[in-house]
Amino acid sequence: MGSRASTLLREEEIEEIKKETGFSHSQITRLYSRFTSLDKGENGTLSREDFQRIPELAINPLGDRIINAFFPEGEDQVNFRGFMRTLAHFRPIEDNEKNKDPTASEPLNSRSNKLLFAFRLYDLDRDDKISRDELLQVLRMMVGVNISDEQLGSIADRTIQEADQNGDNSISFNEFIKKVCL
Amino acid sequence: NILNSCGDRVRSVAMEDFWAMVLAGLKVWVCLIVSLLMVPAMFGFSLGISETYMKILVKILEWATLRIQTVNKEQRIIQSSSFNSEEDGSMEEELRGLRRSRPKPPVGGDFTLSDCFYFYRRGIEDIVEDEVTQRFSSEELVSWNLLTRTNIDFQYISLKLTMVWGLGVFIRYCILTPLRIMLASIGLTWLVIGTTAVGFLPNWRLKSWLSEWVHVMCYRICARGLSCTIHYHNKENRPRKGGICVANHTSPIDIVILCNDGCYAMVGQSHGGLMGVLQRAMARSCPHIWFERADMKDRHLVTKRLRDHVNDKTKLPILLFPEGTCINNTSVMMFKKGSFEIGGTIYPVAIKYDPQFGDAFWNSAKYNMVSYLLRMMTSWAIVCNVWYLPAMHQQEGEDAVQFANRVKSVIAHQGGLVDLSWDGGLKRAKVKDTYREEQQKKYSSMVVGSEEDRSGNSD
Repeated sequence: MGSRASTLLREEEIEEIKKETGFSHSQITRLYSRFTSLDKGENGTLSREDFQRIPELAINPLGDRIINAFFPEGEDQVNFRGFMRTLAHFRPIEDNEKNKDPTASEPLNSRSNKLLFAFRLYDLDRDDKISRDELLQVLRMMVGVNISDEQLGSIADRTIQEADQNGDNSISFNEFIKKVCL
Repeated sequence: NILNSCGDRVRSVAMEDFWAMVLAGLKVWVCLIVSLLMVPAMFGFSLGISETYMKILVKILEWATLRIQTVNKEQRIIQSSSFNSEEDGSMEEELRGLRRSRPKPPVGGDFTLSDCFYFYRRGIEDIVEDEVTQRFSSEELVSWNLLTRTNIDFQYISLKLTMVWGLGVFIRYCILTPLRIMLASIGLTWLVIGTTAVGFLPNWRLKSWLSEWVHVMCYRICARGLSCTIHYHNKENRPRKGGICVANHTSPIDIVILCNDGCYAMVGQSHGGLMGVLQRAMARSCPHIWFERADMKDRHLVTKRLRDHVNDKTKLPILLFPEGTCINNTSVMMFKKGSFEIGGTIYPVAIKYDPQFGDAFWNSAKYNMVSYLLRMMTSWAIVCNVWYLPAMHQQEGEDAVQFANRVKSVIAHQGGLVDLSWDGGLKRAKVKDTYREEQQKKYSSMVVGSEEDRSGNSD
């Protein structure tokens, strides 16, 4: 009978996305029907409001930052390819990938790419450094009105002090990785 | 000349015969309908025709299931392992896990850069699949039930299956649907005529008995018009006069389902047009509660009218749907407290439809009432289970919200539905900011709360 969800998504596109992101055919069709169900305007792209319609995401203190990660610099709409590319960072690592050819390009869902994603949650202006101001802003998002400015400021200061190694009073990506070492 | 006139006469006789046959056929058809469908509906017994239909249907669907590759309920696409964290913990558990690797800071709040991991994992998971928005569209079936509308990802299997599907389309659209439309119109017309007629009688006991009989009879005809098969459980708990019946809401058909087995006073907005005619006729034979649109905004007025009705022990039990909107029958969403502030005995009822035979959920964003009813009439059948649950009262020290949640979990448990505290109104409205503030407060206590712990410690 054919599947309705993928009638709007051509087979070639599915193959391309598969190669780029590593998701399986059925995962891609499922995510496509999720994409279309979020796309209330039915124009093939998602806006920030479309994401905000998910209640659990709307109440997430870092919801806006996460939504922002889907949108390329300065853009207000994301299409399905962009959607998949961002989600590809979180695809669970399959067993057969663990022994992959070391010369192949780094897969999207590698550990360092995931950490880069987290780093960018803090790095508001995308200048590859987390400044004290940016850290404060994100902290404020997470705690709301429950902690005073002074206390929040001292938390931010302490965090930067502990992580900063080259003395520029901000956290670079390498410093971030070392601090977060899970 | 003579030959011509002979020919004409033969032709006209043939035409008359033809129309006579058509008329005779119609008479037979009507007699069949009346005897096989309406009379049993009027008197509440069954001739077993629908049972046979259902048995055949079940066999066919079982056969079809064997041939269709069942779509495995996919493992969640984004897993916790992607984030190197343990399975779904609460905020406290996960943050504690994330902070394990570092010593507690001597002063200031307990914050670490990896705290954000919890929030962004939840965020991504919710983007891929969330608990709420899926309730506002039809449930996905595990195995296809030979209706085009539920075909999401099922591929072509065999010629036989396609033929059965094609036959099904023919039977459903060409044979069953006209029959059902006719029955539904008869049922509704009867309802209007019958209730108006009963309305002319003076207020004897006979009147209420007759009114109940007319109502139930017409709802039974309507139920036949949708090929409903309803199983009632625990009839001893059936709602009694002066009580309030609350049930989970999936579609307007819920009313037909419940009224097949008892008489209720309806509550709702008074409409114009055809609905208005129906409403006014019904109100003539026994008291229903219809509100003008403007009155509905005034909560005190609404509560007072409902309370007056409930306190009059001779009046029929009120039927209310506290969710306030149609949900897709996989879960029960927040019960609005208004129904539970009226006082009186609450009789909870759980309604669960079997999606294999037809999807009863009314997605009001996608379909209007007429196309929804047509979809109902072109399904195989509507099969559902109704459980009457023991009566509940508001307990000492329990407020309306807690009482509502208690009733909701009882209904969810009985119907095998997921018990959610999200508001069904999220279908159209945005979530309130207070919920986000709760999350922020919770997190703050994990950052700052540790100070109190430590100040109490003797190190």
